[in-house]
Amino acid sequence: MTQPAFDPRIFMSFGKRAHAGRLGIEYHAHGADWAELALPYNPALIGDETSGVLASGPILSMMDMATSLGVWLKLGEFRPHATLDLRIDYLRPATPGKTVYGRGECYRITRAISFVRGTAHDGDPADPLAHVAGTFMFTEVQP
Amino acid sequence: MKLPPYADLLGIAVEAGDGGPPVLMMPYSTDVMGRPGFLHGGALGGLLEVAAIAALRHALAIEDAGDSRIKPINVTIDFMRGGREKETRALGIVTRLGNRVANVEAHAWQDDRDRPIASARMNYLIVRG
Repeated sequence: MTQPAFDPRIFMSFGKRAHAGRLGIEYHAHGADWAELALPYNPALIGDETSGVLASGPILSMMDMATSLGVWLKLGEFRPHATLDLRIDYLRPATPGKTVYGRGECYRITRAISFVRGTAHDGDPADPLAHVAGTFMFTEVQP
Repeated sequence: MKLPPYADLLGIAVEAGDGGPPVLMMPYSTDVMGRPGFLHGGALGGLLEVAAIAALRHALAIEDAGDSRIKPINVTIDFMRGGREKETRALGIVTRLGNRVANVEAHAWQDDRDRPIASARMNYLIVRG
């Protein structure tokens, strides 16, 4: 019997009344070990009022979620985990008014830990605005 | 200290300080919830970043009237404990304030300040006014 594939669209619909929904983060695309989410521009997310640039926190939230989805896609199922660490390099400010897209990929899973990386851009993937690397720890011990 | 719109979205309030960098308090709500019953790691990271910037603004205000601009270069967040359904506090510490770059740490806790739930290290570029 084949396992039902993990569907990130259904998972993201659960978050509508939580932090993801408050930020307006939406499903955008996915593959075998990656997911892409979208963060539409919203004045409530501004971090610097003089420039109108988004705060870095919403991008951090989106990348945490996109890389999490990447883990469950590579795994083929949902397995509870907690973020152990997440590092973000802010390559350039997001352009005010533009939707930010975040793609998270899982490149290695062990019994306890998964390793992820990703990038964020605002229209042109060749011109990223952030780069992330992180690890998650599964919260239920595997047999 | 005036916080940006994103800090208002998280519900962050500035607590009375003793002349040092401000302690920020984020109440629990569904707006910052991840999996049911727990804080979202992104919201916690966001709180740490707001606390770091508040600490840096505080340090810059003492040095040059606060007309410098701050640009984030990077952040590394370590999550030590799951955040529960209660108030979370965070405090930033400027470990080095240079002419062009600042190194800042921030720590977040819930019941006990000595048991942090997350901490972060950040580098900021400072554009002097």
